[in-house]
Order: sequence, then C-alpha cells, then structure tokens
Amino acid sequence: MNCHETQRWLSGYLDGEVDLVSAVAIEEHLKTCARCAQAYANQQALQAAIRGSGLYVPAPVALQKRIQTSVRQADSSARAPWVVRRPWFGVAAALACVAILVWGLGRGWLAPAADDRLAAEVLAGHVRSLMTDHLTDVVSSDRHTVKPWFAGKLDFSPTVEDLASQGFPLSGGRLDYVDGRPVAALVYQHQRHIINLFSWPAPQATDTTAAAEERQGYHVIHWTKGGMTYWAVSDLNIDELQAFVQLLQQQIAPTPAP
Amino acid sequence: MRGTHDAQEGRRVQDKTQQMRFEQIVLPHLDAAYNLAHWLTRNDQDAEDVVQEACLRAFKFLGGFYGGDSRAWLLTIVRNTCYTWLRHNRAHELTTPFDETIHDVECDALNPEAQLLHHADQQLLRRALEALPVEFREVVVLRELEQLSYKEIGVIADIPLGTVMSRLARARKRLQHDLAKRWNGED
Repeated sequence: MNCHETQRWLSGYLDGEVDLVSAVAIEEHLKTCARCAQAYANQQALQAAIRGSGLYVPAPVALQKRIQTSVRQADSSARAPWVVRRPWFGVAAALACVAILVWGLGRGWLAPAADDRLAAEVLAGHVRSLMTDHLTDVVSSDRHTVKPWFAGKLDFSPTVEDLASQGFPLSGGRLDYVDGRPVAALVYQHQRHIINLFSWPAPQATDTTAAAEERQGYHVIHWTKGGMTYWAVSDLNIDELQAFVQLLQQQIAPTPAP
Repeated sequence: MRGTHDAQEGRRVQDKTQQMRFEQIVLPHLDAAYNLAHWLTRNDQDAEDVVQEACLRAFKFLGGFYGGDSRAWLLTIVRNTCYTWLRHNRAHELTTPFDETIHDVECDALNPEAQLLHHADQQLLRRALEALPVEFREVVVLRELEQLSYKEIGVIADIPLGTVMSRLARARKRLQHDLAKRWNGED
C-alpha cells in the first residue's frame, strides 16, 4: 500500500473499521513510512484530545423533568379532548352499557361465570369417563337397580328414568365429583353415542329452562327442575340431545310453587 | 357513571404503561440526545427545545419501536429534528457547500501537530469543532463523543458506510489544520 492509499484509509484504520487485509497492509506501510506514521500519530492524538477534553455535554438536570411533564401533557391532551368536549358522551355510554347489560341478562347471554366453570367441569367428567374406561360403576338398564345403588353413596336420591322405548336406553350409573361435591352421573346411550347426565341438588329452588351450548365439539345442556340441577353432555347432535332432554323433563315433576 | 369511570381508569393505565416505556427506552439516552443536539445547534437553549421536541416525537412513535438499539433510534429522531430546526433557523448552514472527497493528501503537511494536540486545550478544540460544517461535525460527535460504530452512524445520519468513513477522514483532517492555525494564532 502506498502513501496515498494509506492516508485515505488511515481514519478508518484508527477506528478499526477497515477490513483485515487493508489493516495488515496499512500496518506494514506504517512500519516503513515515517511520514504516514506521523500522520497516524496525529490522528491518534486528535482522537485522544477530543475524547479526553470534556466536550461531551450532558443534558441539564431540569430537562428530564421538563420532558416528562410535556410528554404527560401531550399524551393526555391527545386523548382527552374528544371526551372532555362531549361530557354527555360518558353519560350516554354508561346508559347504553346498562341497557345492553339488562337486555343481555334477559337473553341469557351473560350467564354467570359459575355456569361456565360448571360446564367445563361436567365436560371434563364426560370426557374422563370415556377415556379411563370408567363409564359406569353400576351396569344396568334397569332403573330399579341403578337408583338404589346410589343410596348411601349420595346425600340425595337422583331421578333415574329409563328411556329405552324412546331410543335412549339407560346403561348404568356412577359417582362423579363436580362443583366440589359428589354427584350422580347416569349414562344413557343413543345408537353408539354416550350421554352423561349429571345431577345434584340445585342451590336455588327456581326452575330454569334448558340452555344449550357447544364446547370442544360436544353439546352441553343445562337446566334446573324439581330442586335438582341437570347437565347433559354428549357428542350427539344438538337436536337429538335436545329431544333426550325434553323426554327427561316430561318425567320430572316441576318444583312446586311456593 | 361507572362505565365512564372505568374507561378513564383504563386510559390512565394505558397512559402509565406508555409513559413507563418512554422512561425505559428514551430517557436513558437523554444525555446522548442532548449532546448531539447541542453540537448541531451550538446553543444550549435551542438544544433543549430540539431535544424536547424530539422526545415528544419519540413518544408518539414509541409504538413503532420494536426493540433493538434504542440509542440509535432516539438519535435518529434527534438528528432529524435538528435538521428541521436548522432548515427553519439556520438555513445558510445547510446550504454551505462542503467537499465530500479527500484530496490534497500529503504525508508531510501535518507535522508537528501531534505535539500541538497534546496541549490543545478544551476551548481550542471546542471552537474548532464548532467551526466544522454540520455534516462533518455530526459524524465527529457521533464517533468521538458517542463512540458509535460506522454502521450506527450510517443509520443515524442516513448515509452509506463509505460516506461515513470518508466524511470522518475529511473532518479529522480539517480539525487538525484548523487546530494548527488556531494554535499559531492565525485565527
């Protein structure tokens, strides 16, 4: 590398920003050329002088406070004016929320979170019963065998109906555990589909109509009647499961009016 | 009025997190931002105004910052804000033509400046740096005071790597000559 080239790259060499081949060539040249070596020494001296001279000007202490304040102001004024200019908007929005809430409750949209949790629990119970080959503790299509089996195992006597003549033969029953208590699980069949019917005493005495929902491809129907809460879960299509629920409901006496 | 209250509460929380991000991403580099603005505007009060403006912009663009080098990100905004400010207030500085190429490279013209530079006082250096055209000044400040790599400088000043290298070389040469002149009382 000659003087001209070396001078051209010297600054980059000083910063360690030239490629290795050039760096080696520059190094070689500096060993043999006193003038370029002096030029390099000058650049090193300049760099050291600037870096060591206290030319760095840090921000005044008050500036940070000033910036934080202005950011806060800019932020709130960028978001606030629309609502601030229209104070009625808040009132209107609140009223609209209440209206939607009331309407939604009436439509059963905003089902309490407890029902959501229970639906998840009974679905888990249904899936587990099929998974672990523990579908039934008592295998019988005779309700007079199944119903007495629960006696002494539960603090209530579950309704056990046989719907074989309507296409939903009873195949047995077992104990399950839902909502922090032991519950009755009756197993019905329809063709090759399994229906788990969970029941336990309802926390509130009022009857509710059947509410259906789909979860993970299963259908879940829930209702309360005659002081008992019922959950039917199956992979049956919704129409057939609803038909099953209607048949059952016809058999169960409603809660007597107080 | 519960809904309004909740909405306000939600907004407050959102503001808080955004302001916390600002404090984590922007504020740690306030010195770097101010140092650059100071050297580009060459005035304390103007530098403060420019940095404040740049920080507000940074806050606005915070959503577009997805991590990485937050100092280079902020310095890019500061540099752009400075140039906008310069265009409005010191347009003549930006129109001063400056020579990008390196010529008149002599090996012998620089002696004995190394000796000189060892004694260069702060005042002298400050004046020499301030006298550089702004395009030279910014690369020297970013390199020597902020100690950024050529790559980072290229991103911030929006110029190719080769230009960073040639500009720095030229800026250093100018500084050396200028310091020599000042030392000899020619200026």
